[in-house]
Amino acid sequence: MKQAVLTGEHFLTGDVACAEGALAAGCLFFGGYPITPATEIAERMSERLPEIGGTFIQMEDEIAAMASILGASWAGKKTMTATSGPGFSLMMENIGLGIVTETPCVVVNVQRAGPSTGLPTQGAQADMMQARWGSHGHYEIIALAPASPQEIFYQTIEAFNLSEKYRIPVLIMSDEIVGHMSERVSIPAEKDIVTVSRTAPKGRKDRFKPFQPGPNGVAPMPAAGQGYNVHITGLTHDEKGYPVMTVEAQEEMMARITGKIRRNLDDIIRTESYRLEDAEIAVISYGVSSRTSLAAVDEARNLGIKAGLLRLITVWPFPEEQIRQLARRVKKMITVEINLGQICLEVQRCAGGRIPVTLVGHAGGTIISPERVVAELKEAVSS
Amino acid sequence: MSRKQENENIKKEVIITGFGGQGIVLAGSILGKAAALGDHLESTLVQSYGPESRGGACSAQVVISNLPIHYPYIRTPDILVCMSQSAYEKYADQLKPDTLLLIDQDLVRPMPGCGDYYAIPATRIAEELGRKMMANIIMIGFVTSISKIVSEEAARNSIRDSVPKGTEEANIKAFRKGFEYGLAILKGREKKASGHTGAIA
Repeated sequence: MKQAVLTGEHFLTGDVACAEGALAAGCLFFGGYPITPATEIAERMSERLPEIGGTFIQMEDEIAAMASILGASWAGKKTMTATSGPGFSLMMENIGLGIVTETPCVVVNVQRAGPSTGLPTQGAQADMMQARWGSHGHYEIIALAPASPQEIFYQTIEAFNLSEKYRIPVLIMSDEIVGHMSERVSIPAEKDIVTVSRTAPKGRKDRFKPFQPGPNGVAPMPAAGQGYNVHITGLTHDEKGYPVMTVEAQEEMMARITGKIRRNLDDIIRTESYRLEDAEIAVISYGVSSRTSLAAVDEARNLGIKAGLLRLITVWPFPEEQIRQLARRVKKMITVEINLGQICLEVQRCAGGRIPVTLVGHAGGTIISPERVVAELKEAVSS
Repeated sequence: MSRKQENENIKKEVIITGFGGQGIVLAGSILGKAAALGDHLESTLVQSYGPESRGGACSAQVVISNLPIHYPYIRTPDILVCMSQSAYEKYADQLKPDTLLLIDQDLVRPMPGCGDYYAIPATRIAEELGRKMMANIIMIGFVTSISKIVSEEAARNSIRDSVPKGTEEANIKAFRKGFEYGLAILKGREKKASGHTGAIA
């Protein structure tokens, strides 16, 4: 048996680093369907999982791929799938099933330009609102945005930890540029990697309630075959998991699946500040566009413009409080993202009309150049 | 590339370009890996390709720096390596006066008056070695000796680590061919510059 954790220095693409992060987190099941630019994740998992006693299945499509990782999660394994735009659309229904059945799993979307087939080999960040609201009904979700191969390695571990802790599908919103970018990736020793696993149930197996929240608002989760009586359904259900078609049951279930996220925002949300201490203009960005923004902030500073960057590592739940506080001390915000304005809308909402919030965006297919952001920063100080 | 002062940014940008199937991205990956793992510099490789798996335009962009690399793309390269005419034509008018241009001389015909360049028949040498697909490795050898962007040792180790098992020695031999071809050109130019004429060693 080979090692799950490839400790050492490597030069890897973001896609391969993502697969290695999953293995380091303890992922033992990958169900997927190949699609550019996410195929390399499946490819790596298909080579590596059998080496360490795990299972890789290529399913008939992305609907089935998503279903397979929910099933394998209820069998007690840590599970993942990876896709891009068209496949992400197909996964939406079963992502909702994962949310309502409180099933831990990780879904990677290596974003490419859409709509539809779009530009298969070229990057975008235009599925950000789909990540938030793409499945039907009202729910909370966790989504992370990586900016480099090294970061996606750690974020994938983090995604598994959050999904296990909160019993929820966690989305990694990568993109073609990060997925196909190679950089040094340092993989630490196995003992230095923190992994979290779902809480195991205790007590009488015949009286166990798989949806009765524990102290942190999350219910312990048994695995199939352990002898607990469980019923799992997409219908509105009570703490036993039995369907109950009432407004009261709906309210109670919704309070549980949204509350466990809303009450733990401090634990879930991570952002990073760069040169914001004395900044008058804040750039808000995430994923690969945050690299453009870093370069632009440095250049603007050289020109004497007091610019800084707030990098969103967690995009959903949205870092509302961080944006609100920032809006009280800067004069303007510029959102940088490879779409025509998605996260920008959230930033505007949180800024609440207090300061102007503008977009440096792009229809997709390529990275945003630092020059465009610098031009917007210059415009901001001159106006 | 040597490390100078801690804060001085020494950044080199390399574009390797040609057709899908020539091993362009692998060449970029070998260069990037040599810099990151062998020479302990920062390096970022981004690639671009079309929907075709072979024959379409393909490029690898490698940024090598002593400081963290934020923006990973390149507009005007310090080093341009061309393995197809169409790739050369795409970048020909974007070159800086001091851009180092390296070409496969059988595949690229530089425009008249385009300035200095270094040429190697990489694909032909690879064919003579019995493996046309190693033209990219010969080119890596050529780039390493002409530009010194990565150390020879780092390049060799990176090749060993990147090629399929069992082909390491054949690839190292291909690397050496390209490396020595570059050294010979540099030596010839040196002699010419110092006034010597006659046969190139």
